[in-house]
Amino acid sequence: MADTALHGPKGPKPKKMLSRGNIMLYGTLIVVSMYYLLPLYVMVVTSLKGMPEIRMGNVFGPPMEITFEPWVKAWSGACTGINCDGLSRGFWNSVQILIPSVLLSITIASVNGYALANWRFKGSEVFFTILIIGAFIPYQTMLYPIVIMLREIGLMGDLWGLVLVHTVFGMPILTLLFRNYFTAMPEELFKAARVDGAGFWGIYFQIMLPMALPIFVVAIILQVTGIWNDFLFGVIYTKPATYPMTVQLNNIVNSVQGVKEYNVNMAATLLTGLVPLVIYFASGKLFVRGIAAGAVKG
Amino acid sequence: MTLASDIPAQTSKRPTRLFHNLMAKIASIPMILTALVVFLGGTTWTIVYSFTGSRMLPRTNWVGFDQYERLWSSDRWIVSIKNLALYGVCSMVFTLVIAFTLAALLDRKIRFEGAFRTIFLYPFALSFVVTGLAWQWILNPDFGLQSVVRGWGWESFTFNPLNDPNTVMFGLLIAGLWQGTGLIMCIMLAGLRGIDEDIWKAARVDGIGTIKTYLVVIIPMMRPVFITSLVLIASGIIKLYDLVVAQTNGGPGISSEVPAKYVIEYMFRAQNLGQGFAASTMMLVSVVIILIPWAYLEFGGKKRG
Repeated sequence: MADTALHGPKGPKPKKMLSRGNIMLYGTLIVVSMYYLLPLYVMVVTSLKGMPEIRMGNVFGPPMEITFEPWVKAWSGACTGINCDGLSRGFWNSVQILIPSVLLSITIASVNGYALANWRFKGSEVFFTILIIGAFIPYQTMLYPIVIMLREIGLMGDLWGLVLVHTVFGMPILTLLFRNYFTAMPEELFKAARVDGAGFWGIYFQIMLPMALPIFVVAIILQVTGIWNDFLFGVIYTKPATYPMTVQLNNIVNSVQGVKEYNVNMAATLLTGLVPLVIYFASGKLFVRGIAAGAVKG
Repeated sequence: MTLASDIPAQTSKRPTRLFHNLMAKIASIPMILTALVVFLGGTTWTIVYSFTGSRMLPRTNWVGFDQYERLWSSDRWIVSIKNLALYGVCSMVFTLVIAFTLAALLDRKIRFEGAFRTIFLYPFALSFVVTGLAWQWILNPDFGLQSVVRGWGWESFTFNPLNDPNTVMFGLLIAGLWQGTGLIMCIMLAGLRGIDEDIWKAARVDGIGTIKTYLVVIIPMMRPVFITSLVLIASGIIKLYDLVVAQTNGGPGISSEVPAKYVIEYMFRAQNLGQGFAASTMMLVSVVIILIPWAYLEFGGKKRG
């Protein structure tokens, strides 16, 4: 490239699609893409095969006879221990955990962020700093104290206990997200509303909330995928009847009893991954924004 | 990173009284409780109780550093630490190299960039449990990759990382990299896009090759992006738990145990709380050791600048 810049003809270089560099470039990208796509492909084809076909080998081969039975069984018939009602229960548990967790955590965090941005009081930055440092503390150091707290308020093992846990651990990143968003808004807006006599909640509901819709979408994407994919809190703060989907999936696939039904296992795995995948493909660029915001925490 | 980009404080010239901003204070109660009671209080509580002989229930029979001595003489803990160190170093190096390479390739003004980015990033939407189970199946020696290659006629082909204590961490690494590199790639790509086009022109005029430009000009310019990525990767490594539980459950034997799993097993299965508290305190210590240099680089540097 350097040579052409010095000795080559003037004007823009004509683009050749099949130059050696391009073949290398696209070749590498395609090979790497295959590594990334392979597991998804293998899961899909495995879940559509019958067990005899799987035993013949070749996980990469497309199914000779497509069957949806593994999907049905994974949803409503796979066993964990003595329960044989499949993943459906875990799915509904996860939905029941997800909706209040997302609503509660985003409501609290947006108000927090708003207060931190526009209504600073003595010590507010100190609490915020502790909150952000808390995002880096390994969860393991807080697991047991939270067990005690939940037991004290009678929510240990309850879905609502898990909702509280998700709200607490989602708070650092969400608060940061909203605080930065609200601080970036023009201050005149806030001042004008103050002059007009609007109070804390008035400004929040009438001015800030309508203007913050994009960041709410980002926060929702972040929380829905995060909470749906959680395993650690689900396994510790719930009991078998209230296990979220990820925990139940792990119990189904890694259960030691009985014959391993790989097709059912893969169907179950795909079912669990479906919700975040749909969100990912549907939200496109917003997802990237959401995780980038979530990533750059602290 | 975002913390550093602090916005100049709106210094309130109003008198500071307890009831001033009362509504804001009331609205902040959940945040204050979380920060003080759960984060600060919880962590302190765990550290304090790591000096007790608590077993099934937390008790205050002080035993000094006994739990820590037991911890460091436990084979399982030593294996956990070694595994995490191995996984951590490999994960950092490979993630940075792969993510940067992919980001640089995508930044070469290629076609279908969006499609490639979507492919590299989608695993990040999946949970570690799903990741672990998918790779457990692909690496299954009887039906997975190994049997397929053998079926092609290469009878002696052996690729069975999950059943060999020496290679099991690399089996986990393959899955971990699959799940996590996309995110770092996106961050790197954003960093690359932030670099002025003129730098490239200048390098071209000076006759510096593309690869050399990346190595000596672009990468040093992207230092903050690399630091952010490192902190991200590191905080993910310490949390390594779900992936192990799903993919290997610590096996074969104890050869893929990790500290986070050790803590949870001792707290919630072995009913040896004190041991769990001591192990989690050690995890906290290691995070602090990682965070302090970063905080120094990130915030100490800002003050100098």
